[in-house]
Amino acid sequence: MKNAVGREIPDFLLEGGKEVYQGKNYMDGKYVQKATPKTRRYEKPQESKIVETIKDALIACGARDGMTFSFHHHLREGDFVVNMVMKAAIEELGLKDLTIAASSLGAAHDLIADYIEEGKVIGIQTSGIRGRMGQVVSEGKLKTTAIIRSHGGRPRAIEAGEVHIDIAFVGAPTSDCVGNSRGIGGKSNCGSLGYAMTDAKFADHVVVITDCLVDFPNMPASVEAIDVDAVVVVDSIGNPKKIASAAARISQNPRDLMMAENVAKVIASTPYFRDGFSFQTGVGGPSLAANLFLEKYMDERGIKMGWAIGGICKPMVELLKKGKIGKVIDVQDFDLDAVNSINQTPNHFEMSASQYANPANKGAFVNKLDFVVLAALEIDTGFNVNVLTGSDGVLRGAPGGHPDTAAGSKVCIIVTPLVRGRMATVCEKVVTVTTPGDCVDVLVTDYGIAVNPLRPDLIKCLDDAGIEHVSIESLKEKAYSIVGRPDDVQFEDKVVAILEARDGTILDVIRQIKPYTL
Amino acid sequence: MIKRPTPERFRLRRTMMFMNAQKPGLIKDAYIYGCDSIMLDLEDAVAENQKDAARFSLYHALTTIDYGKTEVIVRINGLDTPHWQEDIRVCVAGGADGIRIAKCESAQDVKTVEAAVEAAEKEFGVEVGRTLLMAALESPKGVLNAYEICSASDRMFGVAISGGDFRKCMQTKFDPSGIDMLVARGQMLMAARAAGIQCFDTVFTDLDDNEGFEAEVRQNKAMGFDGKSLINPKQIRLVHEVFAPTEKEVLQAEAMVSAFREAAAQGIGVFTVNGKMVDVAFIPGAERTLKLAKACGMYEGDLV
Repeated sequence: MKNAVGREIPDFLLEGGKEVYQGKNYMDGKYVQKATPKTRRYEKPQESKIVETIKDALIACGARDGMTFSFHHHLREGDFVVNMVMKAAIEELGLKDLTIAASSLGAAHDLIADYIEEGKVIGIQTSGIRGRMGQVVSEGKLKTTAIIRSHGGRPRAIEAGEVHIDIAFVGAPTSDCVGNSRGIGGKSNCGSLGYAMTDAKFADHVVVITDCLVDFPNMPASVEAIDVDAVVVVDSIGNPKKIASAAARISQNPRDLMMAENVAKVIASTPYFRDGFSFQTGVGGPSLAANLFLEKYMDERGIKMGWAIGGICKPMVELLKKGKIGKVIDVQDFDLDAVNSINQTPNHFEMSASQYANPANKGAFVNKLDFVVLAALEIDTGFNVNVLTGSDGVLRGAPGGHPDTAAGSKVCIIVTPLVRGRMATVCEKVVTVTTPGDCVDVLVTDYGIAVNPLRPDLIKCLDDAGIEHVSIESLKEKAYSIVGRPDDVQFEDKVVAILEARDGTILDVIRQIKPYTL
Repeated sequence: MIKRPTPERFRLRRTMMFMNAQKPGLIKDAYIYGCDSIMLDLEDAVAENQKDAARFSLYHALTTIDYGKTEVIVRINGLDTPHWQEDIRVCVAGGADGIRIAKCESAQDVKTVEAAVEAAEKEFGVEVGRTLLMAALESPKGVLNAYEICSASDRMFGVAISGGDFRKCMQTKFDPSGIDMLVARGQMLMAARAAGIQCFDTVFTDLDDNEGFEAEVRQNKAMGFDGKSLINPKQIRLVHEVFAPTEKEVLQAEAMVSAFREAAAQGIGVFTVNGKMVDVAFIPGAERTLKLAKACGMYEGDLV
């Protein structure tokens, strides 16, 4: 069955009432029955929940074959937790048929590719999938169909019981002996623990793994002891150098700066750019540099940003400290400046992924967002964006908060160079639709700006401000005139992953890659 | 093959951005930054043993990349090198809009280049006279001979000073006040205006000194320069901002030009605009202001 972005969704995936993507806000007003976990009572006073090893924690939580384990990705490419837990479960306890439900996975988890090939891990549900894991899933080696969700779609699915977490593992930079956990302090600081919060509330069992045990009570806690079954103290939960990078610096690349300046110009031309406006930006070169130019426009107009959300890094923290932003609320921190600021700088707060972006709750921040500036691997003439699959069709990215912020914001701006090496970023048809075109409003490239025809109001804003813009078709033609028109990527029939829209419908499928032959 | 339109001898040239002709990543789409002219360099940016490779890169850029309305000039190697003749052949064969003569010191230098350009135009079947010329003055001798250089050929559209070499010759160094180059800039400007061609200032090399750059650009504008050479795309915006006319100047120019055209149609030579006497002598200046305003997005009428 064809969905609203023109993708053919095989019927067998729709058995059991799953629907295809119908367009933005399709589920609005519907009711959801939330799933409740089955949790153990700890009535008898307990001095400590510390157990010796991860294996002991798994046993204490009744780990067995076929279970679903959840993880969060605040430790990013420095994460040791996923591998430690899966190793203990598979190699020490001999478990099999396991499913990993993570907020994101990366190259740090190449080991899991082996467990997939051995048939020990049979399910993957995640936002990001990269490295060897992306490769083996794309090769069709995962026993079940992987599910890719956005950061808002994941807590929605957890709350609705579409994914039931048997044991949630929380990698915590600090914890006390009963499991009150924070992202701050210790040696593996990551700042926010926003992605772990919903997991802890909806999992049957919760295990905290920390490398820094602190005195009780560890307050204010991001994950609370009331939800925690066991605490394990290990030598190290991650490589600090890869957890929080050195301060994100604003690009000096003239191409990035030019695009960033145009992003700021577009923002300043709209009526939403007024005192108290809200903003989110990615950490890519031109997206981050947009901060710099936006600040100039804010100063010129004498206005301040009301609040900013996101993944947060240094330039945003600096604006907060200068008093140019009212509040910063974040679900993840990308660099040391952000890590050291959250819950320390006045008005810099932590939030859960659900509070950030869940389309099924009653007040996600993204729904109050004025502007979001995002990148893209590919964008097609229907303004559909791909941030998941490479030009070879292999899984190597993450929708993250992209579809959530695009759908919720009043103005979603994609900023990307027109071509990357020999690849056209603006193309006829993206390999995978990760953010539907009805949520994307403006495209800024180094060769020109295009506005989605669905937004005549924004077209007028740009015209009134004298900002030149062209059709997205002409940008696509320009891209092809430079790098040539590529052949379509070849796939086998087998569906290896479902790309779920944030509302739970099916936006696209990823099929097994076909080895390329000349 | 890309066919560029016939070059315009007198056009807007506020910004001329230098780029190494050997760097495909830079030159492949230099027009996106919105400078008026790009200056593809075969001279100092290219190592001695890479001159030939740079010419190949240049030729392919000129013949395969559509630079659109951005003017494409090439800086060739000096007449005291073994490279300049081949440089000229490549420029003409590729269809560059103009050639910048490095280290120009006399009218004869211009004439020598002109003869080689004409020979190349005939060799490659290019319309004779199509390729424009400009001269870079880099020594006291060049500055002293500025007028004869500026008026040496009908192909000449402008003259520029090269600060680095000139300061070396004068045994001075960069001074934020501009005193180090004051006489040279003044002399060159007078010569260019006397010969009726354009005049461009040297590059500002400290990319981190935004205030110094702005001060120099403002001084350039006050002295009467037409534009400035640049080394980085991020310098473009400020030059365009500084060189933009004021709103009042645009309104005045518009009033003058439209009044003149009406008056001329009625056979009237001298008339008044907003109480000021205006005659034909004011019109080229007013038209220049309107063209500049149009390029800066400040004027959308059809008088120019």
